[in-house]
Order: sequence, then structure tokens, then C-alpha cells
Amino acid sequence: FTQLFKWVNNCKYLNCVNCSPDWETKVLEYFKEKLKDNEAASWVPSLNDVPVHYLKANSLVKFRCFIQDMFDPEFYMGVYETVDPSSKSKVLRSGKYKDVAECGHQVDLNTKNAVTLERQTFYCVPIPGESPWVKEISFSYSCSNPARVVPSTSYAPCRHKRSYEEDEDMETQPHKQKEQLAGPQGTTDIHGSGDPKRLETEAPSSLSNAASGCSSPLDLNFPLPGEKGPACLVKVYEEWELFKVNDILEVYGILSVDPVLSVISEDKDSSLVDPMDCTESVEEQRVHCPPASLVPRLHMLYAHRLQHNNPLLPPAASEGQSSSGFLNDVVSVRGELLGYLTHVLLGDALAAEYLILHLISTVYARRDVLPLGKFTLNLSGCPHNSTYTEQLYRVIQQLIPSSFRLGMSLHNMNNLRLVPRKDYTANRLLSGVLQLAPNTSLFLDETQLEQGQLDSTGVRNITALGNLISWQKVDYDFNYHQMEFPCNINVLIASEGKSLLPCDCHVRLQPQLAPPNLEQYISTIQVSLSPSLLNKFRIYLSLLRTLDYSISEEVTKAVEDDFVEMRKDDPQSISAEDLHRLLVVARLLSLSVGHTTLSRDRWMRAKHLETLRTNRTEQQKCVNGNEP
Amino acid sequence: MSSPSATPTKGKRTRGSNPPTPWSEDALTPPSRRRRTDDASTSDLQPMPTSPVTDMRSPAVQDTSLFSSPAQSRHSAPLNEIDMSSPLTYGTPSSRVEVRQRPDLGSVRKARQVDLHSDHANGPEAPASEHSVGQKLVIWGTDVNVGTCKEKFQRFLQRFIDPSSTDDENAGLDLNEPLYMQKLEEINVVGDPVLNVNCEHLQSFDADLYRQLIAYPQEVIPTFDMAVNELFFERFPDSVIEHQIQVRPYNALKTRNMRNLNPEDIDQLITISGMVIRTSQLIPEMQEAFFRCQVCAFSTRVEVDRGRIAEPAVCRNCNTTHSMALIHNRSIFSDKQMIKLQESPEDMPAGQTPHTTVVYAHNDLVDKVQPGDRVNITGIYRAVPIRLNPRQSNVKSVYKTHIDAIHFRKTHEKRLHGLDEEAEEKLFTEERVRTLRELAAKPDVYERLSSALAPSIYEHEDIKKGILLQLFGGTRKDFSQTGRGGFRAEINILLCGDPGTSKSQLLQYVYNLVPRGQYTSGKGSSAVGLTAYVMKDPETRQLVLQTGALVLSDNGICCIDEFDKMSDSTRSVLHEVMEQQTLSIAKAGIICQLNARTSVLAAANPVESQWNPKKTTIENIQLPHTLLSRFDLIFLMLDPQDEAYDRRLAHHLVSLYYQSEEQLEEEFLDMAMLKDYVAYARSYIEPRLSEEASQALIKAYVDMRKIGSGRGMVSAYPRQLESLIRLAEAHAKVRFSDKVETIDVEEAKRLHREALKQSATDPRTGFVDISILTTGMSATARKRKEELAQALKRLIQSKGKVPTMKYQQLFDDLRAQSDVAITKDMFEEALQALTDEDYLTVTGKTVRLL
Repeated sequence: FTQLFKWVNNCKYLNCVNCSPDWETKVLEYFKEKLKDNEAASWVPSLNDVPVHYLKANSLVKFRCFIQDMFDPEFYMGVYETVDPSSKSKVLRSGKYKDVAECGHQVDLNTKNAVTLERQTFYCVPIPGESPWVKEISFSYSCSNPARVVPSTSYAPCRHKRSYEEDEDMETQPHKQKEQLAGPQGTTDIHGSGDPKRLETEAPSSLSNAASGCSSPLDLNFPLPGEKGPACLVKVYEEWELFKVNDILEVYGILSVDPVLSVISEDKDSSLVDPMDCTESVEEQRVHCPPASLVPRLHMLYAHRLQHNNPLLPPAASEGQSSSGFLNDVVSVRGELLGYLTHVLLGDALAAEYLILHLISTVYARRDVLPLGKFTLNLSGCPHNSTYTEQLYRVIQQLIPSSFRLGMSLHNMNNLRLVPRKDYTANRLLSGVLQLAPNTSLFLDETQLEQGQLDSTGVRNITALGNLISWQKVDYDFNYHQMEFPCNINVLIASEGKSLLPCDCHVRLQPQLAPPNLEQYISTIQVSLSPSLLNKFRIYLSLLRTLDYSISEEVTKAVEDDFVEMRKDDPQSISAEDLHRLLVVARLLSLSVGHTTLSRDRWMRAKHLETLRTNRTEQQKCVNGNEP
Repeated sequence: MSSPSATPTKGKRTRGSNPPTPWSEDALTPPSRRRRTDDASTSDLQPMPTSPVTDMRSPAVQDTSLFSSPAQSRHSAPLNEIDMSSPLTYGTPSSRVEVRQRPDLGSVRKARQVDLHSDHANGPEAPASEHSVGQKLVIWGTDVNVGTCKEKFQRFLQRFIDPSSTDDENAGLDLNEPLYMQKLEEINVVGDPVLNVNCEHLQSFDADLYRQLIAYPQEVIPTFDMAVNELFFERFPDSVIEHQIQVRPYNALKTRNMRNLNPEDIDQLITISGMVIRTSQLIPEMQEAFFRCQVCAFSTRVEVDRGRIAEPAVCRNCNTTHSMALIHNRSIFSDKQMIKLQESPEDMPAGQTPHTTVVYAHNDLVDKVQPGDRVNITGIYRAVPIRLNPRQSNVKSVYKTHIDAIHFRKTHEKRLHGLDEEAEEKLFTEERVRTLRELAAKPDVYERLSSALAPSIYEHEDIKKGILLQLFGGTRKDFSQTGRGGFRAEINILLCGDPGTSKSQLLQYVYNLVPRGQYTSGKGSSAVGLTAYVMKDPETRQLVLQTGALVLSDNGICCIDEFDKMSDSTRSVLHEVMEQQTLSIAKAGIICQLNARTSVLAAANPVESQWNPKKTTIENIQLPHTLLSRFDLIFLMLDPQDEAYDRRLAHHLVSLYYQSEEQLEEEFLDMAMLKDYVAYARSYIEPRLSEEASQALIKAYVDMRKIGSGRGMVSAYPRQLESLIRLAEAHAKVRFSDKVETIDVEEAKRLHREALKQSATDPRTGFVDISILTTGMSATARKRKEELAQALKRLIQSKGKVPTMKYQQLFDDLRAQSDVAITKDMFEEALQALTDEDYLTVTGKTVRLL
């Protein structure tokens, strides 16, 4: 236990004592070894859960984040020499994992021992659209550590313990605030009562206070409007080529909140340093060197790319033992989920079936420009002028680790920035709504669209949505050119009639019941769902995405025969595009029951489903006459 | 003379492995690079002219004591002595020519102060006798001996011949004469005192000199300057030029990607390519400060040394202390501009954002580039530490890096000698070229490439072949001397067919394949978006021409989806682009003609959503025939609807869904290979028609015309012949052949015929009839219309002298009389024809004879 703390705090001293040349690799290995252990990882405080000002500077923290932008690489003093003015003794120091060279001593820049090294900076934000439940669960995980006698779900005790340590070291943290939260000082075990809800709400608010306290609020450049959380400048020391924009990572690193970093920006205004030195504009300064209290620096020791951000699943998503156990009751979970969604979709079982397929779809490969496995669903027939779509989104949000609802109102379409754009004055990528992590659900609410004029931004936004759906890519705007970023976003369109956007699959909603009070109806369904079952749903949806899938020779043959047969009867009945869709449906259908190969039965079932669906649209056409 | 290993040229980045060079007592070994860097950088940084004491350089000051002594001696020493003691002085035989400082190299004078170790008891270095043999003297911190370096460079200038030069900079020079001597002559004539030196030449001539140039540009370039000037004024003693000739090396081999820059490159000469994204305003940088005594008006000049001005404390004339005041407008400033350079999009790995670098341009390089320009910049890479606070001694442990530009080379600039489209020469490694050539030598290369094109799209082999030829394009010919203007080399293709036959996918693929492709949808694009529009820049109030998709895809392919949905006005701009390959704009006082040498790949859906096989192409897609005739190939993408096809299609699609990525990769050439192949062929292969090929073409054309002439139809126009030539040339390019041969013509003929068979077949007769495409109506249809009108006329005449007739009555009569079914449309057409003849008029339901 104490050893662990020592270990966390050790890193502070690491940089000073660098006797052997290979200390870096040794230390890194040591940390990596330690962090492999899941338990140990849970000891490391997370920036996602703990406000920055509670964390000790130069301590080890972790951060679950999304790479929003990459800045230019920077050269830093890898090794430098300081001279003690009094004794004239020279000491070699390492600049790794630090922002500022050791103060108090003269830095000898001319020493032959100095080494210049290179590192890369990523601008990271919390995962956009992360559902509240994800935050809650990972938060509770991080605080309930197994070594503790009382399984506390609050971070207050842990916090407290840590701050105790701090007090001994130095007085850096604001005392008052700490006491407010931690309550009266006492032994650690008392605080098991602190309920996470309260703290949850409090933590961000204190953060936003800090933000509002600042004279000029800084745009933290979150992709989605209304997001909260810390943004972070992550300094990467090795293998930065492996990371890509829009990756989600879990970073373990050393937190640096040196107030000196913030001084720069203030100083810029007061004393105009001579223009030659100003290679950066004021805007650029603000973006690249924001105050450390708002945007802390994180010096990465180790990071791994997350395949999903569902805290209920092991992060590596190794479809090994843990998942195979779950796969046994996949069918029953699927049944439950189908029932639940049927209720939510007002008794429409077919739509519920398709919704499940949609929720487990993912782009698993690309053949030249063609993304495979995407399954954009258009649920038409949603009641206009009601909160139904919102309710539906809530339900989905509860099931999916990250999602976003975009109301396609004229105002939004004409004003929102969907596509990220490079701002050359500030030299950063201004984020847009479509800059999302892989496997995020995008819920497009087309019921909000009215008649009216789309301006040029609106047209561009609609085009971007269309491209996203058809090709699963977003063309980021770099002013002089566009750059294509492939993405993997599940798009669900709720609309009244058939959507104006292209989509893979269109299901007309046929409500079987019409509850007088929709809102109440949905919330009753939601309440009646037990938390354990809900968690099962969550695991189900995340897990099935990661499964592999194949089609045997035999079934391939059967499918081919079937296709030829169908075309023989009526060439108009099925086109290549229909076959594409049918194959995707069959794939998802098999996966949804945990099968990783296609069987004849599933194929027939997929065909059956498709027939039901198309019949419904046909029917609708007859009823309405002119539905496009 | 020195160990070359001390200045390693690293291609690969080795992080954290900048081994401290051992500090050698031997003066001939280059001391640590690191040290010199810091020296230079701190001095450049010096932000505050005052308070020079309390900064982090103070430790350095101890060992900079050597700086101060020559600084003093400079003022007192007689001129000739300076020349002797400092190897890098700019004094040349003809001192009447203005000596211009080169801020791009940092302070040159500074180099002089440090360079001659022999002058000063400089640390551990053994003082060599001052005017001893040149061999012994090297510039401090380097292995550069000024004398030898100068000699070598002069030899290079006098002797270097590059008979195989294809460099456009050398166009118009005699390749068998020493190249740079001709350039000096040019300088003498033109008076532009800049000598651009291609580092590649230098390397091939003297590798060691080249290495020195790359490693110590700050010292070597001034040496080169001196050498050039001596040589120049020796040859042209009376020449009058603005200032001394400056040497500007460019194309330092290993043109680097910005991403590959690493700490090893600091203070070295590098060439990187990128795109200018921002330029700052002009920054005046003081070079020489002018002081005047407020008491006695005695004036003195102080040179700015490493960003610092040594303010004279005492007036030398009247001995008043602190009486010297700086007179700003008599000080000398030089121009400086900050330029932000961004990695070019092609160099970027997927999924990462582009890097940017700061570049400083000095003096006449200021305003040479504009945002949006693609440039190759040669310059010296610098790193300076950032101070957190100018008044504190804290240093952020990070360096700021920038490049001092020495040479700009715009990569997309229109060059004089017609090589412009090849300006973006992609550099191919020899190995790559070899693989490409190997591939080209295979007999089935054409089939291979076409199957590699959009492998996820099934079949449509001929269409893929057509698109493949479009990617390669024909040979550009210039007939401007005969008044015909350029001949279009681009091949335009139209795909039409049923919805859902993966036309869009094909377009997307092509758009992704070609470097300068544009993708637009006819529905969403306006004429403005396609062509160009004039915009007022909000900042400068200048009118700026913003180019649209067609201009942007100059030398590329413009993919237009939903071609049929395009408004007529938008479509009309295509007329000019598709034949003349230019775009004329006359808007808001800007009249210009832009190049739009773009191939158009368009896709159109039939009007009735499903292709009607009973109608002609024109009737199906309702596009003006004037536009259609500009397409070289028009393909129909129809659902073939036969069992074998269906089976293969199904197999193809199913395999798409279960085969792993790697498996599929193996089957086809990968996209990168195809890209390189196309790029290589486009830039290096220019096939010409061989004799047999031209005969074959003539024969093919005559044959085509013959087909129709038997039935009184024209089945080919000169435009079709041009298409054939282009296609044949493109096919020769596919084979990497410099000659168009008969097989190329055969394939062109076949493909052209295929396309015609699909699109220009008259559904009524089943014959190929080109006039469907050129006039919008088949010859038979026209003939029948004529006949019907005559029949109607006869019918009316047979009725005798009746002034008016009932419309319906007439229609019924005509139908009764005719042996073919006559629709109402046909009847109306006939009536219209007679109306045009002024034979009758139709008013409502009555037909009146005139």
C-alpha cells in the first residue's frame, strides 16, 4: 500500500536522479510492468474523475481521452547542465517529462553535454459524447479499490489520503476548497458516505468556476457543444507516429501544472517582447500555451489505445475467456433487449430488431473507398412535434458508451460547425460535431427540420452528413485543401417521412400502441429495467461489435444460388445494392446471437426480415401515395 | 582533413542519440555542434537591447570574452588588416559595389569574430601561426578552410558541366559549356545579383564541399559568396550590379519532409517542401543603429551584434557621458517576414494532422510567396530556447525552431518552358522505377491495371479500361503556331445508367486515386462552385479570385456526379472547359483565362429513373448533344440481367464480406502502386504516333465513316478521330512506350467501338449512328420525321381546297392512311414542321391552311 504511494510519488524525483544512462528505459519498463496489473492501474487517480486542482503536480495520473489535434513537434533540452551559482558545481539534469528547466540554478546552455531531443504534443479532450453512465461507472471503479476495508465509492477518502501526503511535502494546493469537499479532517474510513452523485455534480462545477474566474474564457475546443471536462496537452516521447487523430487513449503520465507555464501568456500582453521573438500570434499563444490550471500538461509514460470506452468490459477487449462466458447467455440477453426496445419503440418488434442490428454495427474493413459493415438506419414515422425522439435518444444513450444527438433544425444546420476546420491564425484544428471517436452513435433528429432556406453552410453541412453516411469519412477543411479522415460512426436518423439523407436501411415505424403520455410511458419502461440487466445490455452491445465473422464456402454457394434464383424470377426484385444490404443484415443478425459464421437459417431469417421491412415501406407508399 | 563522422548525415531519426561529440584538443576536428548552436541561438534571440547582463547567457559570457576583443579591434584596425584576419569579410576587389548583409545566414561578421582560432588565445586550441599555410586555418567550430573552400568552389563554377541537365532553371543555356559561368554572364546582362546553385551539381562535382555546405552553411555560403564575387569581377570588371552576388544553394539533396526534421538537422542546410499558409507583415529588423550626440551632434554607427546594440556610453568627440541618442530613421533596417509553412497534404500519413514550421524570409525574399503556394524552401534550420520571462533567468526546456530561408522554389509556379505540368515531379526512387518498369514490361499490364482499378466494383471491364486510359491521358500537343491552339490531351468520359450500378463508387474511387481530383455533385454545385468567383478579401480589401472545382482539378480529374441534375447554366461552363481546356472569367473587373486542363468523369442517371432501352442515349439522359459530343467515351452501365453474370456478381460481393483484408490485397495491385504508375507515366512518357499507327488511325476513321455512308448516315466526325488518337496515346502510355503503335490503335478502336455500340446505337434500327450524339437525333429518326411531314402535306392537299380542318379529324385520317403507328407526338412534330414551312397554322383545335 505505502509502496504504491511511494511509487506514484517517485516520479517526481525521477528526473533529478539520473545516474545511469539507461534509467529512462528502466523506469518506463517498471511503470509499464506495474500498470499491466489492473489493480495497480485503478490506484492511479484519473483526470476524468478528479478535478485538476486536487491532483498533485508531478504525480502520476491517468486520463481517458480523445486526440483532438496534434501540434507541431517540439525540441527540448533532453539533457542539460545547471550551475549552482554559489558553489559553481555543475549538475546534469534531464528535461524529459518536464516543461520547465530546473530553476534556482543557472542553466548552462553551452555545455557539450547537452542533448536536444524531440517530443510531440497532442491536444486531448475527454471522449466526446461519453454517456453519463460511463463516467459514473469508471468513476466508481477508480475509487473502490480492493485494498480498502470499506468499499467506498466516493473519491473523497482517497483524495483526502493523498492530500495528506501533499501537506507534508509542500503547500501547493488550495486548502479551503479541499476542506469544503473533504469535510472535517479525520481518519480516512469515515468518508464512505460521500455519495458519488453529489460529488459528480460538484466536481465539474468547481471546474467551471475556475474557468469562469479566468478573465477571458478559453475555448477548449470540444467537438460537441456543452461538453465539460479537462482538456490536456499530452506530451508524447516515443512512437507518436502510432497515434492518430480521433483515437481514444488511456494515457498514464506525469501531471504538470507548473504555474510558470501560465505566466507566459500574461506576460505577452504586458511587455511586448520584441517582434522578432514573437513567432506566434497572440491567438496561437493562447491555444498552444494555455494556462496550466485550465489545460494541464501530461507527460506520457505509457498509453494504450482503447477499442471501446465501456468500463464494464476489460479494456483490451480480448475476446478470450471473459467474453466467452458471456456469449453463453447472449441469446437470452438479446431476447430481453429486444423486448425492451420493442416497448420503447411503441410495440414495433421489427423496428426493434433493426435497431439492435444497427447498434452492433461497425465498419470492420474498407475495400478501397467502400466501407464494409456500416449500417445506417433510418427510422421514419416518428411523431412530429413531440419529445419522442428525445426520449428515444435517452434510451439509446443509456445503452451506448458514447453518443450524440444532433437536432437537424434549420438553425443548427445553418450555424453549427459540423466539419472540423483548420484555424491558421491560432494554428489549430477547430473541432466540429463530426469529429467523433470510433463507434460513437450519432442520432440525427430530422423531425426538427422545417421548411426553409439552407444557406451555404447548411448545404455544406448536409453534404458532410451525406458523405459521412455513404463513405464513413469526413473531409476536414484545411482551407487550401481538404483532408479525408476515415471514421466509424453509427448514424441513426429519426424522421417523419423517409430521410433526405442517404441511408442503408429504412424502417417505417408502426406503433402498435399509442400511450397517452409518451414521456411517462418511456420513463416507466426505463425505471422498470433493473440495473444489472441494463449492464448486461451494455456489455452485449459493446462486446458483439468486436467479434470476428466469416462465411463458409458452403453458405457462400447457397447465397449465390439464392441470389441468382431471385434474379431469375424478377430481375427488378433484387439489385447488387440489395445484396450488399442483405449480407450486412445477415452478418449482424448472426453476430447478434453470438454466431461468428453465417448459417443457412440466419440467411433465410435475414431475407425474411428484409421482406417484412420492404413490404412495410411498399404498404406505406400505397397508403400515402406519394411518399418518395 | 577532418573526420566526416563528426557531422553525421542521418536519414533516420534517432531520438536522444545526439552523442556529445568529444571535445577534442585537436583544432582540426570539429568541436561539438551543440555548442555552436547554442551560441548562435542565444545570440539571435536577445530580445532586450538593454540589460544584457542578467540573462541566462551569463555563463556563456565567460567564454565569449573572445568575442569582445576582435569587436574592438575592428574599429581601430586598418581595412587591409581586417581583410587579412577575417576570412569571411565581404571586402572584394571591387569595393564600389554595395555589400549587402545576409541576415538569412545570421550575422556574418560574428563568424569573423569567432572563426579564426589562430587570432586569439582561444581556450585549449593551439594557436596556429596567423598567416601560415591556408591548410591549417579552419573556421572555428568547423572543418572549413576558407582558402580551400573558395578555391574548390571557384573550380566548381568554372568547370561544372552537366550535359544531361533537364533542369528547367538551366533552360536556354548551352549544356556543354560550364553551366555556372553562363549564369554569371546572365547576371552581368540582367543585373540580378543572385546565383542559384543546385546542390545536386555540387555534390556530383565535389562531395566533400557539398558535405561542408550542408553541415556548415553559415560559414560556407559566405565563402562561396566571396569566391563568386572574385570570379565575377575578374571576368566582368565593369559590370554594375546592385549589390554583390549572393549564392543561393537549393535542392539540398534529400528534400525532406517536414515530419523528418529532427534535432540532428539544427544549423544545417535543408530543403523542405510544403505549402505556405500564412505570411506575416513585414518586420523591420535593425542592422545598424545610428547614434547622435545630443551635445555636439557627433554621430556614430553601431552595428547590431546578435540582436543587441552596444550603446556608446561616451561620446567620442566631446566626451560627454550618456549623451548619445538613437536616431531611428537614420538607422539601417532590413526586411524580414515570418512565413508559416505547412506540410503538403501528400506527405502526410493518414489520420494525422499536418505539421507547420516557421520560416523567416529576409530582404528580397520577403513577399516572394503567398499563402496557398506550394514551395520548396532551402534554408538553415535553427533552434532557439524560449525564455519564460524576459526578466527571469528561467528557461522553458523547449526550443523554438525556425528556418532562415535562403531559397524559395515554387513548385506549382508556371514555368517558362512548358514543363509546368511536370513541376510537381514526384520523386521516384530508382527501386520504385525499376518495379514500375518491370510491371510495364509485362504483356498483360493493361489488363492488370484495369482490374486493379476499383476492385470492389464488379466487372464493367471496358469502363474500367476507359477510366484507366483517362487517368493516363493523351499527349499534349501544341498547335498554337498554326492558330489552332492547344489540342486537348484529356479524355472525358460519361457514365450513364441505372441508379445503383455503383457509378458513384467508381467516381469516388477515381477521386481518391488521382492527386488533383475534385468531386462534385451536379445537384449541389453551381456554376460558381465549378469555375471561379471573385471575392473581396475582408482584410486587404483586395479582390481575390477563388477558384472552383474545375480549376482546382487542373491536370487532374474532375468527377461530377449526378451530371443530369446540373442546371443548364452550370453545364454551359463545361463547354469551354471540355474542349478548349480553359476557363474565361469576366467578373468584377477581372478578366482572365484560367487553365482548366481537366478530364471530366461524369455520371448521369436516366430521366425516367430506369434506362429505357427503346430510347436513344440523348432521350434517356436529356443532355444537350453539344455537350455529349465532347465526351470521348460514353458508357452505359446497365444491369446485364443474365444468370452467369448474377452468379459472378454474387460471388464477388459475398467474398467482399468475409475475406480478410490481406487476402484481398494479394489479389490485386495495391492502390499506391497504381498511383505511382500513373504518376510516373504521366510525367515521363510522351508517346508519339508512329507511321503505322497513323496509317491505322486513318484507316480506322475511314472505316468508321464508311459504315454510315452506305445508309446515308454519318458515323464519325473529326472529333471522333481526335478521340481515337488520344485513346491510342493513353494506351501507349500504359505500356510505357514512347511510340504509339498499331496495337494501341487497335485497342483504342475497340474501346471506342464498344462505347459507341452502347451509347450511339439507334434503338430503332440497331445500327451505330454517331449523329445521335452529335446532333441529338439519329439520321433515321430525322428522315422519318421528314417523311411524315410530307405524308401529312399530301393528305391535306388531297382534301382539296379546304381552308380549315379539325385537328382530331386530321390526326385520325393520317393514322388511317399510314401503315406505321403514329403517335400524337409524331403528329405534332409533323404539324410543326409544316408550320415552319409556312404551309399552315395551328390554332387550338383547328388547322388553318395559309
